[in-house]
Amino acid sequence: MNAPICSLTPSILAESTAARVSLAAPCARFSLRARGDLGPLEGALGLTLPGRIGTRADAGMLQAMCLGPDEWVLHAPESAASGVLSACEAVYATHPHSLVEISGREVTFVIEGPRAAELLTLGCPRDIETIAVGEGRRTLFDGATVLLLRDEETLFRMDCWNSFAPHLRHLLETGCRELAAEAL
Amino acid sequence: MLLIRCPYCEETLPEAEFTYAGEAHIIRPERPSDQTDEQWEEYLFIRTNVKGAHYERWRHMHGCGRFFNAVRDTVSDRFLTTYKAGAPRPDLSTLTESQK
Ligand SMILES: [Zn+2]
Repeated sequence: MNAPICSLTPSILAESTAARVSLAAPCARFSLRARGDLGPLEGALGLTLPGRIGTRADAGMLQAMCLGPDEWVLHAPESAASGVLSACEAVYATHPHSLVEISGREVTFVIEGPRAAELLTLGCPRDIETIAVGEGRRTLFDGATVLLLRDEETLFRMDCWNSFAPHLRHLLETGCRELAAEAL
Repeated sequence: MLLIRCPYCEETLPEAEFTYAGEAHIIRPERPSDQTDEQWEEYLFIRTNVKGAHYERWRHMHGCGRFFNAVRDTVSDRFLTTYKAGAPRPDLSTLTESQK
């Protein structure tokens, strides 16, 4: 059965010879919308915002991924959240933008293992191989909008909204078992 | 499943990431209060419903989130082109020429 969201705690949720799915520890997330000269904002954040959709840039513990022509998602440790907010606040008057903290909106599944990419094909209509290592995309997983980040060839992170998490977790769990059973 | 090229992502992607958004290049009258009922009806409801090349809007809903325009043949479902919102309506003769 689908587990209520409150029962999801950072831990391994499913594991088989095919893949392992775990719930990542909470982190800070931001939705950033900005147009025009990005320089001052980049100065405040301490990184160059990636320009092509799906590409990412890191600076220390801060990670940015381009989601749309004027849209980025930022990931950082929870302890860095207030720093990100105040840095961007400082340039707001001269460079208006929208920075919204969405830390609590989503949870992150970590999907890894030899058949991690194949596991994702269970719910993702997009060809997973079009997502290069070090990139990511906003896409669809079994009807839910997700952010898919490919950190390594066989290591992915999937951010989804809280309300979808129990359903996706259930599907990933089934998929883990299914792929492993197939290999026997 | 249709494959649709998003002009913002510059990738050709499964239809499931997109939503359809009606006929393209329908311009809202600047002063709706100056419109007659017939003109307003025309703007709101009357569409060309062509058989053949159709200029239409799509949104890359589960992706970059952008609305864009496409020319799709309503008979074959083949996309002749897609282009960014705000770009001029592409000339049909050049599109059908490239399909030959
Ligand atoms: Zn797109």
